[in-house]
Amino acid sequence: MRNALAILVIDENQIRASIIEAGLREAGYENVTLIHDMAGVAGRIAEINPDVIFIDLENPNRDMLENMFQLSRAVKRPVAMFVDSSDESSIEAAVDAGVSAYVVDGLKKERVKAILAMAVSRFNAFSRLSRELEEARGELENRKVIDRAKGILMKSKGLSEEEAYGLLRATAMNQNRKIIEIAQSLVTAAGLLDPGDKS
Amino acid sequence: MSDAPYKIAAGIIPLLDSALLVVAKEKGFAETEGVELTLIRESSWANIRDRLAVGHFQVAQMLAPMPIACNLGLTPIGSHTIAPMALGLGGNAVTVSKRLWTEMAEQGAPDGLDPRAAGAALKAVIGQRPARDGKLRFGVVHPYSGHNYELRYWLAACGVHPDRDVEILILPPPLMADALAAGTIDGYCVGEPWNTAAVISGSGRIVTVKSAIWRSSPEKVLGARSQWAEQNPDALAALLRAIYHAAEWCAVPDNRQELARFLAETAYVDRPAAWMMPSLTGEIATGSGETIEVADFFLTHDKAATFPWKSHALWFYSQMVRWGQVPHSAENAEIALQTYRPDLYRAALKPVGVALPGANSKVEGALQAATPVGSAGASLTLGPDGFFDGSLFDPDELDAYVAAQASRPGD
Repeated sequence: MRNALAILVIDENQIRASIIEAGLREAGYENVTLIHDMAGVAGRIAEINPDVIFIDLENPNRDMLENMFQLSRAVKRPVAMFVDSSDESSIEAAVDAGVSAYVVDGLKKERVKAILAMAVSRFNAFSRLSRELEEARGELENRKVIDRAKGILMKSKGLSEEEAYGLLRATAMNQNRKIIEIAQSLVTAAGLLDPGDKS
Repeated sequence: MSDAPYKIAAGIIPLLDSALLVVAKEKGFAETEGVELTLIRESSWANIRDRLAVGHFQVAQMLAPMPIACNLGLTPIGSHTIAPMALGLGGNAVTVSKRLWTEMAEQGAPDGLDPRAAGAALKAVIGQRPARDGKLRFGVVHPYSGHNYELRYWLAACGVHPDRDVEILILPPPLMADALAAGTIDGYCVGEPWNTAAVISGSGRIVTVKSAIWRSSPEKVLGARSQWAEQNPDALAALLRAIYHAAEWCAVPDNRQELARFLAETAYVDRPAAWMMPSLTGEIATGSGETIEVADFFLTHDKAATFPWKSHALWFYSQMVRWGQVPHSAENAEIALQTYRPDLYRAALKPVGVALPGANSKVEGALQAATPVGSAGASLTLGPDGFFDGSLFDPDELDAYVAAQASRPGD
């Protein structure tokens, strides 16, 4: 029963929690529980009686949860933080990834280290995914703004679409700025000058 | 800006007393001292502690007892942390639900903010509370916080045992007012603007304030990682000067509106500027419809508000002992004492000729009136600094204080 450790993941971000859970299960840890909702969390934790607890650093209830562990009302054994407080590189890796890990006292360091490493790598993978998604979304937004700026120029100066884009690009080059910045200020200015055109 | 000699990242929590760090940055005091100051808003004190420990932050806004708790090994992780400066005095209040207020009013609680009268009414309410209703629940932000200790001090001095007669829970400041409205808790002790938040939403009533429980009492400090502070004394000194000048700026009444607008920004407290004004003016709307003028509600600069008194560190330590968080020993007391570093404060500020207290420690609660003190001809006024129950804390008589509080009624 070497993988029978009870692992609890407290994360309001359900997608991220599922990604971590999947990683842990793939690695053979079957006893993984996810908590997304903080209501009644004390009772749930007492029921689960976890050996290892992960909490994302964005969770505003970390202080409450930590206090709960320290009072050991919810968890039957005392909880130490991270694998070993002298293991600075593990702590650093976890905090960098955005996760805090709590481990009940008396667990062998080697048993927990792999679990921690797994959670950290999954947290990092999730951040990478979110960043990429954010960038893709940003690009789409940028394209929309540039289209609107082109439309404004076409209307006000009677230009073709190609000419309008050329003007944006030339202005950006002359001012040593990005096309999106020029487009953004043009759209903002047009909105200010002509409130009726805002829609 | 990028060629500033010192680059410092500071963690902050969305609370009114982040003001000193916010102003040090926004009004250019940091820049003037050659500090490129980056402020990072955090969602929990645990994050502040962890990110300071791993070196993401060099310094942080911290609950005044937190660095002591770190150094005593009471926190899950924690690098050795020092407090070379305080970030103001006062600023907290105790708020209860409208329902609890109604019961307290029936027991004779008056409209003012008198801690003794409010406490007596609360004790009477608890005395009549049917067992089936369970204990009243109060929220504080952290076990090692001024909020926890002043709430407990107030309750105990009014004959309410904080562990037996009520339940004290930990909640993040921005969630307090919602928890009160939802009935999850019956009251809380928190910094501003999170009391005003409950008054504005109509869910709460402010019953007393920190400055009435203990006038001119410590609340937040600048926590610095010891290792960083030792290796970068010039950077730390520059930052302390910047914060000192920011504190002076915050204390000028004409600057209040601008300060409220800074704090209202998304990167800081992220709430309306109007919510910041009660704390900055001391005109506290309690929820009764009237506004009460509170002396020294929140001090940023006056009364040596940024001086890290060793006697403050020892008082917090005495409360950790009182509530069973740490056993009392000479070694532990010494750890607490060495956490606060007025020597570094003096070293940074003496060269610029600011008024400094003559000692590093004082008898807390001894000043009945504002008293001029200070060295080197510069003017400085301290006090009044009384506890509402009239007791004194003499840091030289720590053992006697610890022994006496263990046998006090209500404990």
